[in-house]
Amino acid sequence: MIAQVRPVWPYVAGILAAAAWVGPYAWIVATSFKTLPEIVAHPAALLPEHLDLGAYREVFAAMPVGRYMAVTIGMAATIATAQVALALPAGYALAKLRFAGRRFAFATVLACLLVPAQATFVPVFLMFARLRLIDTMTALVLPFAASAFGTFLVRQSLLSVPDEIIEAARMDGAGEWTIVYRILAPMLRPTLVSLFLVSFVFHFNDYFWPLVMTTGDAVRTLPLGVALLREQGTGVRWHIVMAGNVVLSAPVLALFAVAQKQLLRAVRG
Amino acid sequence: MTPRSPWHPWAMLAPTLALLVVFFVFPIGVAAWESVFSWDLLTPPRYVGAANYRALMEHGELLRIALRTLGYSGIVVLGTMSLGLAMALLVNRPGRFFGVVRASIFSAYVVSWVAVALLWMGLLERRGGSVLGDPRWALPALAFVGIWKLAGYAMILFLAGLQAVPPSLLEAAALDGAGPWARFRHVTLPLLLPTAAFVATTTLITSFQAFDVVRIMTQGGPGRATELFVYAIYEQVFLDLRVGRASALTVVFFAMLLALSALQLRAWRGRGAAAR
Repeated sequence: MIAQVRPVWPYVAGILAAAAWVGPYAWIVATSFKTLPEIVAHPAALLPEHLDLGAYREVFAAMPVGRYMAVTIGMAATIATAQVALALPAGYALAKLRFAGRRFAFATVLACLLVPAQATFVPVFLMFARLRLIDTMTALVLPFAASAFGTFLVRQSLLSVPDEIIEAARMDGAGEWTIVYRILAPMLRPTLVSLFLVSFVFHFNDYFWPLVMTTGDAVRTLPLGVALLREQGTGVRWHIVMAGNVVLSAPVLALFAVAQKQLLRAVRG
Repeated sequence: MTPRSPWHPWAMLAPTLALLVVFFVFPIGVAAWESVFSWDLLTPPRYVGAANYRALMEHGELLRIALRTLGYSGIVVLGTMSLGLAMALLVNRPGRFFGVVRASIFSAYVVSWVAVALLWMGLLERRGGSVLGDPRWALPALAFVGIWKLAGYAMILFLAGLQAVPPSLLEAAALDGAGPWARFRHVTLPLLLPTAAFVATTTLITSFQAFDVVRIMTQGGPGRATELFVYAIYEQVFLDLRVGRASALTVVFFAMLLALSALQLRAWRGRGAAAR
């Protein structure tokens, strides 16, 4: 066989493409280590003179980073857990049980797939305001505790699980909840992990819902806090904003590095 | 299978259905109801019939918001698809190197819109800051940010589509004397059509709901050059305290979204058929 010479251009194009996406991150990191004089300097140097942590110190002084981070992770983890926990029995009922009203229940779930939070936030805000729930964890978590997408996903995956497994479990005397959480859940592990991760990342990153459901600092999330750095920002202090950006993006990028396969699986569907 | 007890299915569905109805079905009805009232959150609501809708139509405001949002979405969809396909073709090669390139491009999809918006704001401002302040270029600039963020998503889906193209078909075409371009044009591209339709409609629906980039980068400005649908609704409630007007906008927004979703359902069916 004749050895083929591999063309060089895909590698050149690959480096350029990677640079178009990684370059901006590199700029964030480089900027976050600069000092104010370096930020306003013209022309700006590509790299900071030395690793100055001043911008990070300012971020930690301007906002309670630890508390915002805890609120954000707590919120995202609660939502993701609740979605998985509720989607399992609901998906089981829709996929495996015969009962009057099943088509109607499934149609309701499908219909909700078409309704984004952007179309519901005005009435939901008014409802929470009436119940004095604005600025509470409830307002952030409860609307997303059940997921139409997650229910649909679990239902679809359960369709390919043979009924015999459930029948055998029933013969062995397993209760329905045991079947759902102890027998079927482990079988759906990859699907459930993907669902959890996608939901966690989405709500960790979410800016829209926490913005409209909070007015004060009580349950402020990290994306809001970082965006506020810019709004309070006195114009040019980009090194502080970018230090905040590093704090905001690092956890998600770390998660992506660890769980790339699961996240990609979820996107590919 | 028969449930062991007639109430089992409903016990299992109750929490999910209750939450979905309260937070997704019911609010749409409430929005439709509120849209025929005038309410400033301070004094009692007043029934005004179709006045909110009429006011939105009057100066062509509604039409402008709708067209602007569709324009933004159109640019994002076209850009995301072409860039995503180009990147998929580039990284559809074995080896670690292209794996790293793939991950770099996709990582933007994982990061928060807040981070991406602030990042590009910073980069654009360094270059003189005139882009976001220019009524002609502000919207395309936001669309560019959307494309940069979403291209990785399109790339991953196109990549899956490319890998589903049977190599035997490409080999047969090569034996028949088809060059690389002819093979792409007549074998790969037709097989990618269902994927393309899926990417197009999901990106369309995502970008039609864009809010974060507007809120962070331009606040709808300069003038109203970047006032997209969701931001317009947000402004009506939280800045102008006009609940009725915001609800009327919500109703129109949702109706348009449903029309776009009808397109998406057709594309999903196409993709499902291709997978079979």
